[in-house]
Amino acid sequence: MRAVIAEDSVLLRVGLVKVLEMGGFQVAAEVGDGEALLAAVEEHRPELALVDVRMPPGFTDEGVRAAMVIRRRWPGTAVVLLSQYVEEQYAADLLATNTSSVGYLLKQRVADVGDFVEAVRRVADGGTALDPQVVAQLLLRRDSDPLDRLTRREREVLGLMAEGRSNAGIAEALTVSESAVAKHINNIFAKLDLPVIDTDHRRVLAVLRFLGASQA
Amino acid sequence: MTVPPALRRSALRVRRDTGFLAAGVPLHLALVPVWSWGASVAAGTGTRALALIASVALILLLAPVLTAVQRFRQRALLGVDIPRPTPTPERWSWAAVARRLSLTRTGRRLGYHLVLGPLVAALELSVLAVAAAGLAGALAYGWVWALPVGVRQDWFGYATQTPCYTLAGVALLCVVPWTAGAVARTESRIAWALLGPSRAQRLQERVEYLAGSRTDLIEAVDAERRRIERDLHDGTQQRLVSLAVNLGLALATRPDLPGEAREVLAQAHLEAKEAIAELNDLVRGLHPAVLDDRGLDAALSGLAARVPLPVRLRVDLEERVVPAVESVAYFVISEALTNVTKHARATRAEVTVRRVGKVLRVKVVDDGLGGADASAGTGLSGLAKRVGSVDGTFRVSSPAGGPTTVAAELPCER
Repeated sequence: MRAVIAEDSVLLRVGLVKVLEMGGFQVAAEVGDGEALLAAVEEHRPELALVDVRMPPGFTDEGVRAAMVIRRRWPGTAVVLLSQYVEEQYAADLLATNTSSVGYLLKQRVADVGDFVEAVRRVADGGTALDPQVVAQLLLRRDSDPLDRLTRREREVLGLMAEGRSNAGIAEALTVSESAVAKHINNIFAKLDLPVIDTDHRRVLAVLRFLGASQA
Repeated sequence: MTVPPALRRSALRVRRDTGFLAAGVPLHLALVPVWSWGASVAAGTGTRALALIASVALILLLAPVLTAVQRFRQRALLGVDIPRPTPTPERWSWAAVARRLSLTRTGRRLGYHLVLGPLVAALELSVLAVAAAGLAGALAYGWVWALPVGVRQDWFGYATQTPCYTLAGVALLCVVPWTAGAVARTESRIAWALLGPSRAQRLQERVEYLAGSRTDLIEAVDAERRRIERDLHDGTQQRLVSLAVNLGLALATRPDLPGEAREVLAQAHLEAKEAIAELNDLVRGLHPAVLDDRGLDAALSGLAARVPLPVRLRVDLEERVVPAVESVAYFVISEALTNVTKHARATRAEVTVRRVGKVLRVKVVDDGLGGADASAGTGLSGLAKRVGSVDGTFRVSSPAGGPTTVAAELPCER
């Protein structure tokens, strides 16, 4: 799989290339700002773009904006945002359009190479990978009415779903059985009034609802 | 012949002071004919009202001119710069006109020109008269020699009286520098008081200046915090992350390393990650980039999430407030939450940010032990100072046993 990296710190770029290569990606281009990233994606059409949020020239949310352009123009390219701090607002911007093939992770997660590669792969395969910190931010949000109907355990499950984990992953994280997880998820769907279509799509909808509620 | 410098200086000073006084006399007396004419006509019959109006109008017209000339005289002859009551030529407005015509200001001027002026002129005239008399007396021998021989010889007491005149003249001349200087100084002081800005206005200008310089200072401090944040973000933080990534890579790619080496690597990896987390907390407390970018709401949600206890966050802001206030609000909440996690032993906290009219109300409540003292802790008094820097009010309520409330009200408009 091909990937492009946008990161203005040269030092970190080298590390990211090594990590991605270790994970079986082929790094097609490394760039240092949003403009160059869009050009690189246009040229290489990679499966994955690994993007730093804060890049020249403004050093604020250039990465987020570039990521949203990529999502719109090249839906085939999965995007993983990396940041020193995760900001809920950026996550909400990014996920507002589509929750598949996106990730938003803290930079320090890269250091746990195995987990990081797994998360990136998940995103490249069409999944989601949200940093636990983003999820924590989303979960603690104010008057989120529909979410108030959820039990504490159901909120935990929803949080892990938002992180992009599978039922097995959730079961492992909470040390419960997979069937218990499935039961919780069904309760969540019921409480959030989500129609019975296919399960995977409903997972995304649940996360979206979750985000929508937290933005209110 | 060399003149001792002290003497020369004193001579120059006398020349300057007497010149100043001489120039003052006609200026101070300029309005006397006007009002005395008005008064004399008014005392008669017939065109009484007209004469009164004419003289008052003339006085009002002449007063500004005289003021300007007096200011010029003070500056040119004494080097005294009397500040204008309204120093900056502001845009034309009714307020400016009103200030120009304000009763106190006009009254003070007229008082100077009509009442004090003639009095000062009398003083000046007497000093000048003393100087002239002194000069005439000191030169008594000269006058005497200028007289025809017959008259001189016939003059009674020529040998006894003339030295007396000379001595008296020299004595008078000795007094002149002192009195001329005193009168000139007194006049300057009076002019400063009546033609310059009033005390209230000087205070107001001072307050404006101080407020402006304080705003500049606060902005400079904020800019510095941003700069430090940016430097750390672009430098140290990236370096540490890179270090952690490399250590992680080493661990992941070299499973063949001996157990001890792996252990050391794992330890280093862990410490690097902890250092990143610590540095993140520190840097984030300085000034988060997202605060500039997306405002208080976005920045606070990130802050609340990193506190290791549940924080309920309510931010009710229709639009963004000025950056300085955003920055102070963020700082207050950040520090208050740090205190909550460090000292309060709380199980939960609640942060409220609300704009009420022109005030941003910030409140942090926790269910901890209470007993926080705003005057004792450096943290809380620092917060109070930071809030005070934007003219806000700061309040801590923390009875023993809790709950603790930290509240600040920050004015959003200046």
